[in-house]
Amino acid sequence: MSAVTSSAPKPLLSPALMATLKVLGIFGAIAIAIVVLVQSGAMPKGSIGHKVLAAPFIDMWDLPDLLVQTLWEGLVAGVLYALIALGFVLIFKASGVFNFAQGIMVVFSALTLVGSYEIMTQRMGLPPGTVVAILALIIAIATMFVLAWLVERIVLRPLVNQNEIIMLMATVGLTYFLIGFGEYIFGGNPKVMITAQLGLPVGQTQFNILGGRVNIQHLDVAAAVIASVMIAGLAFFFQYTRIGRALRAVADSHKAALSVGISLNQIWVIVWFTAGVVALVTGIMWGARSDVSFALEIIALKALPVLILGGFTSVPGAIVGGLIIGIGEKMGEGYWGPLFGGGIETWLAYVIALGFLLFRPQGLFGEKIIERI
Amino acid sequence: MFYRETGQFKTNYADDMAIFPIRQDRIGIAIIIAIALILPFVASDFVLKTILLPFLALSVAVIGLNILTGYTGLISLGSAGFMGVGAYACYKLTTLFPEVNIIIWIFASGFFAAAVGVFFGLPSLRIKGLYLAVATLAAQFFLQWAFVRIPWLFNYNPSGAIEVPLRTLFGVPITGPTAELEVKYLICLGFVIGMTWLASNLVHGRIGRSWMAVRDMDIAAELMGIKLLNAKLLAFAVSSFFCGVSGALFVFLYLGGAEAGTEFAIRLSFLILFAVIIGGTGSMIGSFFGTAFIVALPTILKFGAPAIGIAITGATAEKIVLMIIGALTIYLLIVEPHGLARLWQIMKQKLRVWPFPY
Repeated sequence: MSAVTSSAPKPLLSPALMATLKVLGIFGAIAIAIVVLVQSGAMPKGSIGHKVLAAPFIDMWDLPDLLVQTLWEGLVAGVLYALIALGFVLIFKASGVFNFAQGIMVVFSALTLVGSYEIMTQRMGLPPGTVVAILALIIAIATMFVLAWLVERIVLRPLVNQNEIIMLMATVGLTYFLIGFGEYIFGGNPKVMITAQLGLPVGQTQFNILGGRVNIQHLDVAAAVIASVMIAGLAFFFQYTRIGRALRAVADSHKAALSVGISLNQIWVIVWFTAGVVALVTGIMWGARSDVSFALEIIALKALPVLILGGFTSVPGAIVGGLIIGIGEKMGEGYWGPLFGGGIETWLAYVIALGFLLFRPQGLFGEKIIERI
Repeated sequence: MFYRETGQFKTNYADDMAIFPIRQDRIGIAIIIAIALILPFVASDFVLKTILLPFLALSVAVIGLNILTGYTGLISLGSAGFMGVGAYACYKLTTLFPEVNIIIWIFASGFFAAAVGVFFGLPSLRIKGLYLAVATLAAQFFLQWAFVRIPWLFNYNPSGAIEVPLRTLFGVPITGPTAELEVKYLICLGFVIGMTWLASNLVHGRIGRSWMAVRDMDIAAELMGIKLLNAKLLAFAVSSFFCGVSGALFVFLYLGGAEAGTEFAIRLSFLILFAVIIGGTGSMIGSFFGTAFIVALPTILKFGAPAIGIAITGATAEKIVLMIIGALTIYLLIVEPHGLARLWQIMKQKLRVWPFPY
């Protein structure tokens, strides 16, 4: 079997754009149908159809401040999902490994950061403050590098060229190991992220707009900004540096990259390290919003629908997918959740992703799969 | 010397197509079943409760997932959800119709799981590989949510848990708090043997051939006239059927009650997939090896380490157990990516030529 990239002449609009337009068209048609139904009196107020199809939109229209708040929260959640998904994509592109441990790497790196800070301030008696926090940050980055190196040495190298499901299972094993190891070293209690010490803004601002108030956490703004800067930095790194070029070469074809003298092993270490740094940033952001504990693991599972939505191999896909899932999830939970008795956040993301996949089986931005006998 | 087919001639087609063509294999299976039958009377209650019962209950689910993943090549991470469907269906059925025997309901609950499985298997026609694996997580999370949020499923029990009622077979209690462990074990064993026989016949026949063709390459299979829709959905149905029966066994005979949503969490799904891969994809006996591995390993590590003098406290032990499981997983995958079943095969091959290896 061979799966190759399409080399047909480029259509006027890119396939992803066409798909988006198609989806938008479908949504538009549905919206018009709903308006017609409500206006014609076919769906009286209080009927199920009205509750599902019309009432949430009327709520949005009536309380625009709540809508903006929901959208903002969705956006922030989406950025963080996108960051986790980005770590997945980096590794998948370069080594073809579906790194299930990415979510745990997020927690593990955050734990290393907070844990080493605690050890340095409490047991070694260093004064708490920015200096020690930065020291802890350096330790965390170094740990991620060691982890990347060890993973390459112990897991990837012996398992090279194995079936994808076996690689997936190996990263599941890595997940268990990291959970056990992290809890063994740093204890299982939830920890508080050292937000202020790292120089991240805390507090919130209220905006009076649209006849209501919108709360915006400073940290969320910082998260969005840092995420954007990091993504831009990664794009620059991939596009213009020697190592970035090598990474892209490896992503295109392992064999061709090997033949021009790129060391796969070295690239894997670099790519796992990059993913580790992305995980650390994600961990800081998530940790600041809630506590740092292995309960954050569940967030990693949230990144999976982002991945299939955006496509395993596409960095822009991870970002767009993250935003779609984040916003869709918060909107769904806020406006439609009560109809189902709440808590639909746990599976809504998957259903959204599945809906997209039925139209584009390789994700929004994934490479078109052409199968030959 | 002892394990050799020399002198055993196949004189008709039935002999040639037998699942165990070698006499020693047939004797071996008979011995294993005999041991399984007397085991409950010699094993302690502790072993029975913590190892043997979960082993039997889970092995059915592992066989089910092996049919889907190992034989049809579709990766699913929703098996715990389908197990839950079986458990809850069985609970609803036996509380709605208490006069019908529980054994029938355990079996019937598989059909409910199969129906749900077919529904969630529909995307497999469009989506392949790891994309499908993630897509099946939708089933897992949706079902888990449903078990918590739909109170009808647990009969509006305020605690949100299901409690297994007392049910009897020929006057002997087999489920509920008063049932003897040995009886539960024997019922479980009966189910395992029956389901294994069913699965083995399925995968060795025309249906199994079509599944394997789909696994090896689905486009080629389609060109040869295998209907992908039927083959894939049937695989999902059969796999979920096994998972459903396993879930019913798991709750009714092993746990005796289940907290809503916690027993059938994503972790169990991974554990089952793990058992399939460690055991060996596309192998019946591998399913049992894999199950034994995942069931026995935590127990052995938890209770075995103190026994040989390594004193570790409960909390630390759990972390170390996790680390060892993780490390061992990676180690086993590196040493034998094709699973324990492959090691078993190699061993048999070695035994066959022993003592003259050349």
